[in-house]
Amino acid sequence: MTSSSTSTPGAARDHARAMAGTRVEAMPTIPATSATDLPDGVEAKAVIWDETLAAGGYGSRRLNRGARLRLTDLYGDACVSMLAFNAEQTVERLNVADTLKVQWNAYLGAGRLLLSDMGRVMFSVVEDAAGGHDALCGASNTVGYGDGQDFASRPTARERFLLALARYGLGRRDVHPCINWFKAVAIADDGATELQVGPFAPGRFVTLRAEMDVIIVLANCPHVLDPRDYTVTPVRATAWRGLPTPEDDPIRNATPEGLRAFQNVEDYLAR
Amino acid sequence: MSEDHTLSGLPGRVIYDEIVLARAPWSHVVRQGETLRIVDLEGNQAVDFLVYSLADDAERYSFQDTITAQKNIYLRTGSILRSTEGRPMMTIAATSVAYHDTIGGACSCESNTLRYGHHTRAQHACVDNFLLANAAYGRSKRDMTPNINFFMNVPVEADGTLGIVDGISAPGLYVDLRAEMDVTVVVSNCPQINNPCNGFNPTPVRMIVVA
Repeated sequence: MTSSSTSTPGAARDHARAMAGTRVEAMPTIPATSATDLPDGVEAKAVIWDETLAAGGYGSRRLNRGARLRLTDLYGDACVSMLAFNAEQTVERLNVADTLKVQWNAYLGAGRLLLSDMGRVMFSVVEDAAGGHDALCGASNTVGYGDGQDFASRPTARERFLLALARYGLGRRDVHPCINWFKAVAIADDGATELQVGPFAPGRFVTLRAEMDVIIVLANCPHVLDPRDYTVTPVRATAWRGLPTPEDDPIRNATPEGLRAFQNVEDYLAR
Repeated sequence: MSEDHTLSGLPGRVIYDEIVLARAPWSHVVRQGETLRIVDLEGNQAVDFLVYSLADDAERYSFQDTITAQKNIYLRTGSILRSTEGRPMMTIAATSVAYHDTIGGACSCESNTLRYGHHTRAQHACVDNFLLANAAYGRSKRDMTPNINFFMNVPVEADGTLGIVDGISAPGLYVDLRAEMDVTVVVSNCPQINNPCNGFNPTPVRMIVVA
């Protein structure tokens, strides 16, 4: 019998433990408070999540009201598809149609709100250095990439969503229409969708503020209209603690429709 | 027997023909190959429309898959209504209206409070109709998704500004939907009175199925 470095439980334990401290690009920072290269003005002790998602990777997190979430397109070709749920009752979720209709606009950017299907604001977009996103085209799926399953080399956003949601006991009925950060889609006069493919300058970011306790799911996969062979680059997600939005917040008061979405959250939280 | 002009051009024998009252929900199973005609009897009546696979209702209409596959936000003759799995559910075989909406979603009691004020909270809304119609199949709010609005006009301007504006439909105009799989169609005959989607006057529509 030949012996190897994993031929006995003790040897296998030593082999496994020798991996400790390995660094790869796509991994979480543990503890999150040890994260470096933070946004201006953010103290390390306030950081609650810091993780780099691989090309084709996914992640999920619960964020409490007031938390900020920054997504950074590290190399200029990220495409982050996002779902959002009320953390208390996941049957309430992001409603893309209401988000656009209530704000009288098809495009997302700084100052815009993400609205739930219960007439409440889930997120405010507090900073946007990306220059365009997409709320119309949805998640990539295996229709576009034949080997797009999670176990294959080119996973798609819908498959990633299903895998992430399974951990909350959620499934296909819960994969609602998503938002795609970092890939702008313009609408032509005749209704045609026009994707700005990229790549773009590295380091673009968008910062969101949670306006209620939420669960988010992120999938970093090629945009469903991207004509290139499977192309996407890693994205960093960093979240930190923050105060709930005060009554005099300019985004809260920017429009009468948006103000009522904040008031509906405040009413929901009155207990 | 006098000819009913409303049936002209339909490919087959009528197997269903009913009026949906103003403000009411409606649902019906449409088998693969059958065609559903929705007639806007009095003009500019928004028909909020969802479709679920009969075999597996976790597969349902996806406005994003539909837009992406045709690379256009408007639904016209030839548009294919796609599922969450990217598969064809129904095809718009014909329509006498230039285009239909699928980005505006349904009105709800909750979104009405945002768009018009909290005084509209108690008004009947499309999401209520969808919930009522879906309950018969054991479906709930979890099964809601942004829908199609037949006969509703939502233009998008160059800076992204959009809105529900005066309609482009008229009395007797129609849309024909050919089922590409066995489906359950769920409709809210929109009760909205705070915007022009129903000309501020909800009216009945007619549903005809041919096989």
